[in-house]
Amino acid sequence: MAESHSPMEQFEIKTWIPIQIGDFDASFTNSSAFMILSVLAATALMVFAVRPRAGIPGRWQLLAELAYQFIAKMVSDSIGKEGRPYFPFVFTIFMFVLFGNFIGMLPYSFTFTSHIAVTLTMALVIFVLVTFIAFAKHGLHFFSFFLPAGVPIILAPLMISIEVISYFTRPLSLSIRLFANMMAGHTLLKVVGGFVVPLGIFGVVPMAGLVAVTGLEFLIAFLQAYIFTILTCIYINDAIHLH
Amino acid sequence: MPQFDVTAFSPQIIWLVITFLVLYVLMAKVALPRIGGILEERQARIDDNLDTAQNLRNESAAEAEAYEESMAEAREQARSAIFDATQEMSVDSARRHEDLGSRLSGELKAAEERITEAKEAAVSGIQDAAASVAAEATERLIGIEPGEEAVASAISSAFDASMKGTG
Repeated sequence: MAESHSPMEQFEIKTWIPIQIGDFDASFTNSSAFMILSVLAATALMVFAVRPRAGIPGRWQLLAELAYQFIAKMVSDSIGKEGRPYFPFVFTIFMFVLFGNFIGMLPYSFTFTSHIAVTLTMALVIFVLVTFIAFAKHGLHFFSFFLPAGVPIILAPLMISIEVISYFTRPLSLSIRLFANMMAGHTLLKVVGGFVVPLGIFGVVPMAGLVAVTGLEFLIAFLQAYIFTILTCIYINDAIHLH
Repeated sequence: MPQFDVTAFSPQIIWLVITFLVLYVLMAKVALPRIGGILEERQARIDDNLDTAQNLRNESAAEAEAYEESMAEAREQARSAIFDATQEMSVDSARRHEDLGSRLSGELKAAEERITEAKEAAVSGIQDAAASVAAEATERLIGIEPGEEAVASAISSAFDASMKGTG
């Protein structure tokens, strides 16, 4: 942790293999590497740990089954029976974000979920998908979503504008929440970590704080993946059942 | 902030799409159906075992009921057997008691008869002896041999009077 490094240095995208496809820069970066690592880790847990088809699961298989049941329950609780087709999508989002967050906790690693480009892309895909589902299910009736039943007609203009704004800011709030949480946590760790060596013997104080904050960051890594996933479920539920 | 470096957006988004799709396919086509199948299979096995356990429990309950029933029957039988035996024994003992009583009373009667006979024999013996003594005494005293009949009647009247006197 050299003093010359800024706390933001850890978020820098470093191109490992430059690739150009047409007008687009598709270079293989540290971000790409950690995305692939997350996919590999998630696959290792969900596919390879489940190999033994024993009636009594081992530890890793138990973890995989736990993840399955956790998301399956989340989907059925918040969407209901109609949520079944979206279960693989919701599950993939959870695993992708969760492993991105957790692997990012390793020292010298990179947290791809701390980048707005990644979270906003995911949030926009979810937003477009949800809007598409809503139109496919309800056609033009979908617009009644912006005026909840039982609202006095006087309040209609106000309600409609509020609902429209809240609907269209969903991808922003969804993506900024995740990226800001991850970025803030990692920046805090880096800043506090920077105090340890210069303070000499008194460095144990920030060191203790660092340990505590690291524990907290693990909680946040899980919690943000959970929040991202359950909000996706809630949006899908809104699209299927309107209000 | 590196997050707002727009030139770094496109590689991130492209790799995000690629890796996310790969993960989606792996989860949707391989991992989730497999785990779902395992969980379903296990649930089916658990349900099956629970069913078996329920059946066995029902069976054992029926068995216990049958046991209770046969127990109660046996108890009833034992009670009636004891009752019968008691009845029989009491009848038997009553009969024996009666037999013994009648035999004893018969023997008593016979004994009494024998006593009466002996008494009568003794009394007549005494009368005869008294008669001969009286006749001899009368002969010696007055020299007249009294008639046999007169002596007997006198003796018996005196005897009867003494018997009446003594009660």
